[in-house]
Amino acid sequence: MGQITLQGVQKSFGPVHIIKGADLEIADGSFVVFVGPSGCGKTTLLRLIAGLEDVTGGAILIDGRNVVDVPPAKRGLSMVFQSYALYPHMSVRGNIAFGLKMAGVTRDEINRKVEAAAATLNLTPYLERKPRELSGGQRQRVAIGRAIVREPKAFLFDEPLSNLDAALRVQMRLEVTRLQKQLGTTAIYVTHDQVEAMTMADKIAVLNGGKIEQYGSPLELYEKPANLFVAGFIGSPKMNFVTGELAKQQGATTIGVRPEHLKVERNGQGGWHGTVSVAEHLGSDTFLYVDAGPQGVLTARYIGELDLHPGDKVSLIPEPARIHRFDDSGKSIRA
Amino acid sequence: MARMVTTRNKVISTTAAWLVGFLIFFPILWMVLASFKTELEAFAIPPSFLFFHWTTENYVTVQERSDYFHHALNSIIIAGGSTLIAMLIAIPAAWSMAFSPTKRTKDVLLWMLSTKMMPPVGVLVPIYLIFRSVGLLDTRAGLIFILCLGNLPIVIWMLFTYFKEIPKDILEAARMDGATIGRELIYVLTPMAVPGLASTLLLNLILAWNEAFWTLNLSTLEAAPLTVFIASYSSPEGLFWAKLSAASTLAIAPILVLGWFSQRQLVRGLTFGAVK
Repeated sequence: MGQITLQGVQKSFGPVHIIKGADLEIADGSFVVFVGPSGCGKTTLLRLIAGLEDVTGGAILIDGRNVVDVPPAKRGLSMVFQSYALYPHMSVRGNIAFGLKMAGVTRDEINRKVEAAAATLNLTPYLERKPRELSGGQRQRVAIGRAIVREPKAFLFDEPLSNLDAALRVQMRLEVTRLQKQLGTTAIYVTHDQVEAMTMADKIAVLNGGKIEQYGSPLELYEKPANLFVAGFIGSPKMNFVTGELAKQQGATTIGVRPEHLKVERNGQGGWHGTVSVAEHLGSDTFLYVDAGPQGVLTARYIGELDLHPGDKVSLIPEPARIHRFDDSGKSIRA
Repeated sequence: MARMVTTRNKVISTTAAWLVGFLIFFPILWMVLASFKTELEAFAIPPSFLFFHWTTENYVTVQERSDYFHHALNSIIIAGGSTLIAMLIAIPAAWSMAFSPTKRTKDVLLWMLSTKMMPPVGVLVPIYLIFRSVGLLDTRAGLIFILCLGNLPIVIWMLFTYFKEIPKDILEAARMDGATIGRELIYVLTPMAVPGLASTLLLNLILAWNEAFWTLNLSTLEAAPLTVFIASYSSPEGLFWAKLSAASTLAIAPILVLGWFSQRQLVRGLTFGAVK
């Protein structure tokens, strides 16, 4: 079991309020991603759950038991650090076995479990090597091995892939997701990369300024962002925001349309008129940055190749059903 | 592009390194050579480098005139004792400053270092008077105490620098892995800190062994270490170069041998943190 509940969790460092009351329900076996810009408190929130920082207020429940006064070692969680944090003086075997050794597991049992974990992670040939003799990806695997071997209630990942190169990151992303589904263990994963968040998560918590702005499935966040921040943060390229008269016509202070929901027409009628200022041709997609006068620069995404170049006149027609409306305070207006 | 290192450059730099090394080592070599000369040859002009009448009589005279082993034992006890006590105090101090620093940690460290900027002679009279009134003059305990205090700032600084280099993540990983503070210390911290602890210990041992100001001023015979033994050969009756050299050679021999065998540790200790 690994059900984690946060109830009004707060954290201050001196006068600085980092986490301003977080409430969250993480179901057993689910993969939850904390995402947000740097400094939003996502790592701090993870460290509070781990017990590496003490909460200033609120409760953290693991399987119904409040653990705020329980030391990290006794919470039954395991963590994968951004820096891997392997024990440099121990072999791969020693690193993976350390947690079991601390738990007083018998030697035979340790060997069996370590070898099973190594086999799962393709680490068997490296068991006797020291961390410094491994590549970045292999080190990351050792860190994951160290986490899974203890069969914890939940895995905590603190930006584990950010030190890897792009290709390896995609590969490890798939591996981590596959492994988590296979083990069925609850996982909390911190990242600032929204692609990682969207692809890996069952549920995403978007954090900003120490508050959880929205908690929901990736598609929920994409389709029904709760506010301007979430709308702007989830999705790439960013959602276009338009204020003023056009927004008022829709009964909102701000309206937002995602680049992929703008229909591009050459010299078309209706919609928003503008001039292409930059066109990015990726083959699979075409991104257009259109100077639309009073509406500012709008981004449009076209699936496939579109033969448009800077200086071309276009009109952008938003899909009416895909227009997001926001009120004065930035909250989403639902019909 | 990497810089090409030609054989010629290598030969030049190697020769230069050996030359500099020889220059630095020369006084010690000269002292050892002088210790095997007669008093007359020892200050003969022009000096003879290797072709002189080799003799060990200085060593015999030195041992007859003063008890080398008494002083050597004092040196071992004083240097060893002050180093051990300094380490015992410094390890927890450096740990806490490295791993749970406060706003004032930096100030405390600087303040400690600032005590080393004061010339010891400035406090000689008060320390002497205190030692006299509490009966610590010419006692090993007194010297252990003063050398320990004198080297403590350096020991704490060195250990602090070492501990700082140990990533906090690794300690946290151990905590997540279920290690208690004690086991974290035994299985993770200590093995990672051993090189640092060893070089700090060695350097402090050498500093304490060679310390001459306090040992000369606060001891006469009972607790006198090898520094006092050497100094006794520069007497009002005149300088006996050969005997002085023999005494000095005897005094530095143990620490020289120790330094020779631990030079790798020492170099690592002194350049630690300079190159990442």
